[in-house]
Amino acid sequence: MSEFFKNSEIELSKAEKIVSETLKNCDDGELYLEDTKSETIVLDDNKIKSSDYSTDLGYGFRAVTGDIIAYSHSNEISEKSLLNSSQNLKSSLKNKRGTYNYEIKNTNQKFYSNIDPVEEKSLKSKIDILREINNYARSKDSSVKQVTANFIGEKKNVEILRAGGQLLNDERPLVRFNVSIMVEKFGKKETGVYGVGGRQSYDVYLNDNNWKKVCDEAFRIATTNLDSKPSPAGEMKVVLGPGWPAILIHEAVGHGLEGDFNRKKTSVFHDLVGQKVASESVTIIDDGTLDNRRGSLNIDDEGTPTEKTVLIENGILKNFMQDRLNARLMNTKSTGNGRRESYKHIIMPRMRNTIMLNGNNTQDEMIKSVNKGIFAVSFGGGQVDITSGKFVFNCTEAYEINNGKIGSPLKGATLIGDGPSSLKEILMVGNDMMLDPGIGTCGKAGQGVPVGVGQPSLLIDKMTVGGTQI
Amino acid sequence: MIKEENYLKKIADSCLTQSKKLGSSDANVVVMNSISESVNIRNKQLDGSERSDNLAITLTTYIGKKKASIASSNLNENNINKLVNRCVEATKITPEDEYNSLPEKELHYFGNKDLQLYDDTYIDNEKKIEFIKKAEEQAFKNKNIINTNGSGFSQNKSNFILANTNGFMDGYKTSQFTAYCEVVSKRNGSMERDYEFTSKRFFSDLIKPEKIGKNAAKYAVNKLNPKKIKSEKLSLIFDKRISKNFLSNFASSISSSSIAKGTTFLKNKINNQIFNKQINIVDRGDILKGNGSKYFDSEGIKIDNLELVKDGILKDYLVDSYNGKKIDRKSNGRSSGTTNLYFKKGDVSFNDLIKSEKKLLYINETIGRGANIITGDYSVGASGIMIENGEFAYPVSEITIAGNFHEMFKNIILADDLEFKYSTNSPTMLISGMTVGGK
Repeated sequence: MSEFFKNSEIELSKAEKIVSETLKNCDDGELYLEDTKSETIVLDDNKIKSSDYSTDLGYGFRAVTGDIIAYSHSNEISEKSLLNSSQNLKSSLKNKRGTYNYEIKNTNQKFYSNIDPVEEKSLKSKIDILREINNYARSKDSSVKQVTANFIGEKKNVEILRAGGQLLNDERPLVRFNVSIMVEKFGKKETGVYGVGGRQSYDVYLNDNNWKKVCDEAFRIATTNLDSKPSPAGEMKVVLGPGWPAILIHEAVGHGLEGDFNRKKTSVFHDLVGQKVASESVTIIDDGTLDNRRGSLNIDDEGTPTEKTVLIENGILKNFMQDRLNARLMNTKSTGNGRRESYKHIIMPRMRNTIMLNGNNTQDEMIKSVNKGIFAVSFGGGQVDITSGKFVFNCTEAYEINNGKIGSPLKGATLIGDGPSSLKEILMVGNDMMLDPGIGTCGKAGQGVPVGVGQPSLLIDKMTVGGTQI
Repeated sequence: MIKEENYLKKIADSCLTQSKKLGSSDANVVVMNSISESVNIRNKQLDGSERSDNLAITLTTYIGKKKASIASSNLNENNINKLVNRCVEATKITPEDEYNSLPEKELHYFGNKDLQLYDDTYIDNEKKIEFIKKAEEQAFKNKNIINTNGSGFSQNKSNFILANTNGFMDGYKTSQFTAYCEVVSKRNGSMERDYEFTSKRFFSDLIKPEKIGKNAAKYAVNKLNPKKIKSEKLSLIFDKRISKNFLSNFASSISSSSIAKGTTFLKNKINNQIFNKQINIVDRGDILKGNGSKYFDSEGIKIDNLELVKDGILKDYLVDSYNGKKIDRKSNGRSSGTTNLYFKKGDVSFNDLIKSEKKLLYINETIGRGANIITGDYSVGASGIMIENGEFAYPVSEITIAGNFHEMFKNIILADDLEFKYSTNSPTMLISGMTVGGK
């Protein structure tokens, strides 16, 4: 029995009737209900700067016919409010007729357990750990001038009610732990940031002093950057480290393989299925089924069970990532990539955990083969223009490579390129595939959703590096 | 219809009373309702419509110098009581912070001026579609436009009440009408996209749809068949879309939180020359119908008009009451950031600016967040148009531009074409001596 209808002013049977009646002449649609609670505790400048708890309850009612989406959402789960939304949807889709497809496969798959990260630990214990973290980080070295650390925990319960009465649900925990350290030496300031997270208990990150490793890494990055010199500018070879740098794959290739951009033919990949788009050693998947990962989901936000979708196999473009609407219009089936930030947002095809699989080379081989280039270990944010394929990344940790050897750290290095060309310019794929530490949030059309990435080390033949030194 | 003042006040009042009853010494609450309706079209056809109705509270309770907050969209009375209780309980176990407190009463806003921030006009979905269709129709008149990425029209109305236990209780309605048109151009295998956008408090002030469509098409076509250029030092001209971003970077660098923590390259720079003498930066909240106008900030404090930079000299910070105490300054009403922030216009015309050097690169798009306000380093991806002898010559893409704010700020020259399109606004800008990374 649904939690949502237990405490609201409307019975399930009544809601079901409104949903079925509203959607009877539509191709698709559902009532999506969401109940989220979250807690953010921030330590900053030696103080507990904020302790915020929030709950958000609401529904999003969607009707789809052809390629038109009508959507209405509200915080008020009542008959009056639903009827109001129903009216709104019907008037947007008047004169349109579709055929509702009732079928969504039920699943029992579970990739995370039903824990509640907000309640499993007391607020006091979380505050105590943050203070301990602050003391530890500040005691590392006298150069440490600022420490910011935070815990963000969330529990999101979703329920999807389809016309005909099918009810699908999922309970999703999510935690994130982040440390940022600013160091200052000889008047030079640098920051190092490191974080971890996933759909699991905080304990994984806090037991056995695991949190110390997070502080150590943030401190290491900050200190490395103290010795950095200005980055060169121009076209050169780039070695990408394993793990988090795969956001480059996410931005440069992933977004261009989302169903909506391809149905609308605004992606550079839209007519390339079955064609060679990368060197043979490149295989990229989007996987929603990895245990406890940030981008994993039991079912997507339309109720479709998630899966492991092969996007590019041995260099050949195989599949796009689909939600139900784009799949229907492109005569294929949903790959379980229909996602939304919350009940306030419409569904779009979005990535889950996007991963490039292992090749045969070692990172050592890659570095040795480079005469002049850069070794990018970690990135801050990235961004892509889907239509032109151009992407850009800011390196937060990078080194120069001279005559096959790693040299000085570089500051302010930016990488720019275009997705399709960079794929073809991958010269070597490493055998050291790593998943990211669980920190990614992908933004698209103003909606943020948690995602994961992973890759082995990569050697890219040429990319433009932006810096101040010519 | 958005909720009226009395409804919001009742909830605010009950939250404050309940907080006091449960043992908090002070409390602050915001009750907000917003209703937004939008339509999206693509290739002149309806693509979707959306209606969103949001009602939410945010409550902060204090016990002496302890503080905690909750937020919720579930305003069922039973739930509110539970939340207030949870907030007060969380406050009890949160460590003291000597700077925590409600703002001083003397700084509270009170007044009755009308900034004209609310337009009661209701644009129904058919009218929205009609408006934005005109924009796309106009865009498609350009033969190189082959597709749209989507265009839309949205109408947003909101009302809120901010109240605290020091007796402040006030709020107001605002409206915002926004239209955008984003199109895809194609020629000889090159595909590009660009957009035009308009957003105003009053419907009648929006840019006309035909002009939106025409501009979007023009911008997208201008980007076609770009060249990649060699790395070199160049003077760059920043389109108004981009030049305003430097003001946002500047604002983050002088926020009292960055100053207090020392995480900014502009710490201890008050009364120092950080721009050249021609540069003046103002932040004022009282511009009639202004996109960034506000009566008071998120603490209920009146918003002073600030001359942040005068003749290139840094004169003020953006101060909220918490961080203000750390740096010994009174709040100037900036706990919700800047209001209408702008560079005063320069005295060169746009045409003279683009003729000022033989070779200039006009930047109309940047991608990536490459500004580091701790070090002042700036490096982003960009595209634009090469200007040779005062003429737009050819589009350029896949380059990076880099510099450091210390030098960049001193090298800014502003045109005289300031307009108030966003809440943060800058005229067209020239910055010399920047590094362009290309081939």
